[in-house]
Amino acid sequence: MSVGLVIVSHSRKIAEGVVELAAQMAPDVVLVAAGGADDGEGRSRIGTSFERVQEGIDKASGGDGVVILTDLGSAVMTAEMVLEFLEPEARDGVRLAEAALVEGAVAAAVQAQGGSSLDEVLRAAENAVVSIRPEELEPFVSHAAAAPGREEARPEGPGAAGSAAGPVATGSFVLPNQMGLHARPAATLATGLLELDAEVTVNGVDGTSVMLLMSLGLGQGRTVDVEASGPDAQAAVDFVAQAVESGFGEPS
Amino acid sequence: MSVADATGPLDAAWAVRWMRGTAQVVAENRALLIDLDRAIGDADHGENLDRGFGAVLLKLDGDAPETPAAVLKLVAMTLMSTVGGAAGPLYGTAFLRAATSLGDTGTVDPAGVAGMIAAARDGIVARGKAEVGDKTMVDAWTPASEAAETAAQAGATAPEVLAAAANAAHAGAVATEPLIARKGRASYLGERSAGHQDPGAVSTALILQAAAEAAGGEVA
Repeated sequence: MSVGLVIVSHSRKIAEGVVELAAQMAPDVVLVAAGGADDGEGRSRIGTSFERVQEGIDKASGGDGVVILTDLGSAVMTAEMVLEFLEPEARDGVRLAEAALVEGAVAAAVQAQGGSSLDEVLRAAENAVVSIRPEELEPFVSHAAAAPGREEARPEGPGAAGSAAGPVATGSFVLPNQMGLHARPAATLATGLLELDAEVTVNGVDGTSVMLLMSLGLGQGRTVDVEASGPDAQAAVDFVAQAVESGFGEPS
Repeated sequence: MSVADATGPLDAAWAVRWMRGTAQVVAENRALLIDLDRAIGDADHGENLDRGFGAVLLKLDGDAPETPAAVLKLVAMTLMSTVGGAAGPLYGTAFLRAATSLGDTGTVDPAGVAGMIAAARDGIVARGKAEVGDKTMVDAWTPASEAAETAAQAGATAPEVLAAAANAAHAGAVATEPLIARKGRASYLGERSAGHQDPGAVSTALILQAAAEAAGGEVA
């Protein structure tokens, strides 16, 4: 069982919406919405509820731990109170992420889907705080981008000699699908690369970070430049090649 | 606001009177708190507190805790799950820390009153991470705690200590008016938050006023 997530928001709809969004990319992860507060008449109103968060943590437990993501101020305070009430043993398996809710939840869910540890999932959430900034969508100019198009992956690329990380492989692949590297393909790449024993960058960013992959904003016809090092370097490049060139199973 | 004219020891019955008085004074000032919060926040403070202390009354009707601490703990748990806004965890923490400081004592003495208010104040500071001057309820709790400590050391009775705390909290709440908010939703307004009293500081003053009145203390 993977790490579970609890989404705490003032709004029941926001919490449920974030769960819906994250679940699309992490179907096996336990995602629990803990949004809104009771209005005393069985309905939900804006606010956060100690009981709902407590129940949420309970539901999300049972795997490798729980990461809580929150929205505005009092959601954080409510979550902190619930943590204070946990037994020390249960408390050890729960982390409260300092992260942007939507970006953090998606990144954490993908990380959890890959079977990562509690602290890795927490880190994924907290590193996802930088939202997508349009002015930064095309900043990545790498050696391969200067000559777009398919290059054969090569097990021993230039500069590989003497690398402590083991074998190096690179490759460049053009995105054939209409939607390009949007959320679902980014999740496909990140999740697949997580399972391989290799350090992988895609156009200069960490290939296992779905948020960073999405922030590249690569559309149809753009080139995906992969650089991998480590024992599974070639497998990583092959995986990206296969995924990209099949258009992620989407229309081209 | 003739909540209770009862005098006597600060026992569990006092704590229950305090909470009934709080529910009444919050209900009476619901519109005021909503207006203050509408000016600089999200207009839910009066409604949230009224709902929370209303729920506290229902709990107290069904249950009769035997010590002041047990009453305050019941209040804390109820506020945490019914208030919803920031006041829920903040007042929840305050009453919980106050209950912890009282232990299993049956009757609270003057030093116990001062210790209880200091514990509540410290809990709010820890939870909300606000400081004096941020235009929050800390600006009422801090002078209240200091006044209670001073009164207790000067040999005041427990009701007098509560009255000193309540008066200082009122003064602290009034003094939030010109401040610019640096915490909570009001901080988004920046300089526009000046010119209104902080609703959390005002509700703090009301709660401590109810505590003093339930003990027969004279509140100015």
